[in-house]
Amino acid sequence: RLKHFFVVVAYYMIPYVDVERLLIQFQDEAGEPLGSPFDVPLDITPDKLQLVCNALLQKEEPVPLAFFVRGEAEVVESLRVCVKALGVETEAVLPVVYQPQAVFRVRAVARCTSSLQGHTEAVISAAFSPTGKYLASGSGDTTVRFWDLTTETPQHTSRGHSHWVLTISWSPDGRKLASGCKNSQICIWDPVTGQQMGKTLTGHTKWITWISWEPLHLNPECRYLASSSKDGAVRVWDVVLGRCERILTGHTQSVTCVKWGGDGLLYTSSQDRTIKVWRAKDGVQCRTLQGHAHWVNTLALSTDYVLRTGAFEPADATINPQDQTGTFEELKEKALQRYNKVRGEAPERLVSGSDDFTLFLWNPAEDKKPLARLTGHSALINEVLFSPDTRLLASASFDKSIKIWDGRTGKYLQSLRGHVAAVYQVAWSADSRLMVSGSSDSTLKVWDIKTGKLHTDLPGHADEVFAVDWSPDGQRVVSGGKDKCLRM
Amino acid sequence: MPQNEHIELHRKRHGQRLDHQERKRKKESREAHERSHKARKMIGLKAKLYHKQRHSEKIQMKKTLKMHEQRKTKQKNDDKTPEGAVPAYLLDREGQSRAKILSNMIKQKRKEKAGKWEVPLPKVRAQGETEVLKVIRTGKRQKKAWKRMVTKVCFVGDNFTRKPPKYERFIRPMGLRFKKAHVTHPELKATFCLPILGVKKNPSSPLYTTLGVITKGTVVEVNVSELGLVTQGGKVIWGEISPILSNVY
Repeated sequence: RLKHFFVVVAYYMIPYVDVERLLIQFQDEAGEPLGSPFDVPLDITPDKLQLVCNALLQKEEPVPLAFFVRGEAEVVESLRVCVKALGVETEAVLPVVYQPQAVFRVRAVARCTSSLQGHTEAVISAAFSPTGKYLASGSGDTTVRFWDLTTETPQHTSRGHSHWVLTISWSPDGRKLASGCKNSQICIWDPVTGQQMGKTLTGHTKWITWISWEPLHLNPECRYLASSSKDGAVRVWDVVLGRCERILTGHTQSVTCVKWGGDGLLYTSSQDRTIKVWRAKDGVQCRTLQGHAHWVNTLALSTDYVLRTGAFEPADATINPQDQTGTFEELKEKALQRYNKVRGEAPERLVSGSDDFTLFLWNPAEDKKPLARLTGHSALINEVLFSPDTRLLASASFDKSIKIWDGRTGKYLQSLRGHVAAVYQVAWSADSRLMVSGSSDSTLKVWDIKTGKLHTDLPGHADEVFAVDWSPDGQRVVSGGKDKCLRM
Repeated sequence: MPQNEHIELHRKRHGQRLDHQERKRKKESREAHERSHKARKMIGLKAKLYHKQRHSEKIQMKKTLKMHEQRKTKQKNDDKTPEGAVPAYLLDREGQSRAKILSNMIKQKRKEKAGKWEVPLPKVRAQGETEVLKVIRTGKRQKKAWKRMVTKVCFVGDNFTRKPPKYERFIRPMGLRFKKAHVTHPELKATFCLPILGVKKNPSSPLYTTLGVITKGTVVEVNVSELGLVTQGGKVIWGEISPILSNVY
């Protein structure tokens, strides 16, 4: 082991006469040093740094890594460029933070494979199941349609709602779909048969704004879900018995979003400018987070993606997506493992986007005060989303731009411009390298986060794009909009 | 038609017949029969007019009766779901912006593809040279009359430079050079002030087209990039053509 180490390092110890050298110390994200500081030429490139670091980490397979000098500037071409940019003195030991990237790589979507027609009114919500096997879409014609992904044709049309289907949400095991409509009803559907499971859940008095299932690692049966509504109440439902378990009241105006966190806490945001944190077990309100000056439109949890996919690991995806198999215990174990890995040491972070053009980064489990206030947008923010590896944060706004922020500190990173009208929704690819955004100008754009540039433009919709989703196995992107068709 | 109130006075002084109420009731109940008798027996033009009037009366009566009935019974809410489905994040917000409506109409137009460059040109009176161009006299004795000055609004473009004044035949005064035009969408009645890109055609004369003279009926191209319109192919629309509808002063 030591020999291997020396061989690698020795390669770089070959003296060049006039190449400057620098002492660097590898550190992981938490600040723990890896190995001892050693000498590298200033011209070293990220691939060589990767070789060295992998040797130090002594893993079986080399992991792709990204390097950040002092945790700020990314090493893109060579260390020299970064050092020059930062103006660091070359005498002291330079800390270089390494970040493992996703081992798998998602290819960008490039073309429209099909246009799925069938809805007779605008498509207002679309979602892939956690394994990427099923696709469901809700529309203004009161139906929820299931689509067969291998042939890209309609599979089931589920009727049962009496008004527009505003929001749909898959259970983390992918066996149930919950849909909420404008008449304040929630129906649970079985994706295999397209039939409704159990009774229609009624209880809210106004339309449903968001539905969130209990995470798999807390309950592998996927029995409970939380729904938020315009009437200001949040209800926790038992889908097996078909009744309301708990009603959480406290907000004075419409609740715009509810998220069930991985630690057993429920987070709700409302038009009354507050965000409330509740304990899911007994419905007790823990905390109220104040700070916004206008409606809070959207919430995002750092662990959102892993809670959504449950026990499914995108790296294990196959061409033909399969159902999750295994007993409840196995699934729970897997989901818990994945959750802990993504969460790390720190508790979950929450980001809220609002009509007051700013976002707040919170640590809701511990603190009432925000971690950071993210300003910069010039119009209201419609959606915020953490990247699946929780390092980045994307905010889509009506000012036609998407801004990328650092997921940990909230520092502004870059702005993605290209849309000519309000950006409605964004979706990350499973490896956090690409992002797709849908906008009111009827186009979708795929962005490469590393370069910050537009990767592909996906025109083709005839009217506004209301819903966008990237399947967790990375194979497809679905978009639905006002022109009543879904495009894959 | 009684003049003065002697009938009422009599009623007040002597009261009414003893069977007045009875007779009144019976007369009123006979009215339906009498009306129907008249309707059956009437002939000629009088009948036609009467039947027409009676028909409309009956329709009105039926409507009011139906309305009263609806009020009495509790109706279920209308089953048909309303149009214009929007996702949850747009529900509490106002409707589409003007530009959106515009883009819809433009997309419709593109779909039809009928006469892409045609624009409803009103029949315009051709403007004569004496009206549009004014003679400028030059020379030591003000005898030479080869210069002309444009008396109407014109558009010159960004990179316009005058010819040397000695050789300039057509003068376009700075005060009459316009860069922006108020463009109205005829159906939506929304007006935007947009920069002009160029004069496409002046119906009076090709000379005016080359000079850039803008009079009633001139077809002009304007820059609509600020409206943010997009074609189905994903390209951003940045130019539109429209005619000048009124005399420009």
